[in-house]
Amino acid sequence: MIPLSHFLIVGAILFGLSLAGIILNRKNLIVLLMCVELMLLAVNTNFIAFSQFFGSTEGETFVFFILAVAAVESAIGLAILVVMFRNRGTINVSELDSLKG
Amino acid sequence: MNILVPLVFYAFAAILVAASVMVIVSRNPVRGALFLILAFFCSAVLWLLLEAEFLALALIFVYVGAVMTLFLFVVMMLNIDKLPDQEGFVKFLPIGVLVMAVLVGLMIMVIGPHHFSLNTFASHQMHSSDYSNVAEVGDTLYTQYVMPFELAGMMLLVAIISSISLAHRVRRPNTRTQDIPTQIATHSEDQLIFANVDEKSDPFANVKIKKTKKRGRK
Repeated sequence: MIPLSHFLIVGAILFGLSLAGIILNRKNLIVLLMCVELMLLAVNTNFIAFSQFFGSTEGETFVFFILAVAAVESAIGLAILVVMFRNRGTINVSELDSLKG
Repeated sequence: MNILVPLVFYAFAAILVAASVMVIVSRNPVRGALFLILAFFCSAVLWLLLEAEFLALALIFVYVGAVMTLFLFVVMMLNIDKLPDQEGFVKFLPIGVLVMAVLVGLMIMVIGPHHFSLNTFASHQMHSSDYSNVAEVGDTLYTQYVMPFELAGMMLLVAIISSISLAHRVRRPNTRTQDIPTQIATHSEDQLIFANVDEKSDPFANVKIKKTKKRGRK
């Protein structure tokens, strides 16, 4: 059987990769949203692994809610993105500096 | 059986990590979204190995079917070209790799085989073939977590309303738009001309075509 630590390591690598993606991609807001989705996927993998190894379904219930929240987040995020692109004509993160003094 | 499960796990974990690397380094956002779909599929396979069948299928239906379709729609609607230069990619590359290495290294020290190996953390019992994960999850969801479940439904409703009201295109003033009702509307004065018909003169000599006043919005 596969030990729990291997599932957790896969989740950790995924989380680290998505964090590096957030740091690296300053050009495109869509890629940032995709990195956040990847991060949530890593967290969900951890939840499911622990839930299975503890023999309870509480973790899976939690993952269900995380999936719902992530779907809502990406839908509203993309709507804001569309409005922002319509008003500003760019989704470059470094150009969105209206609040900069 | 004994050799197949680790084979599937390591193969799909490798594809998952490779796909997520491609998500963060690909310049074309469409390609990144497609690699993200591949990552979701591989992750669903890993969840199937953990006997979370309902959530694995929900991941494919909800994410690949809805969320990633939305992403692809938006990427193609915004018409962003392939990024010519990854602004700051090279500049932030050392920091990104360093942060990732430190984070993953620390995490592996904590969650590594030292604490969570099969010896220290017993393997879970595989369920028999008539075990239903959907029934199990539904049992918890509809008894103990009814209230959060209903709240999740309300949250989805709020998301529908807010995203429609955000992205709905309202006609602003001072923009040139087609106004179909004004275009096809007509008045009787535009179509009927009263004229004095005389044999000698030009019947339309003293006819002034009456200009109708401009209708429509200001």
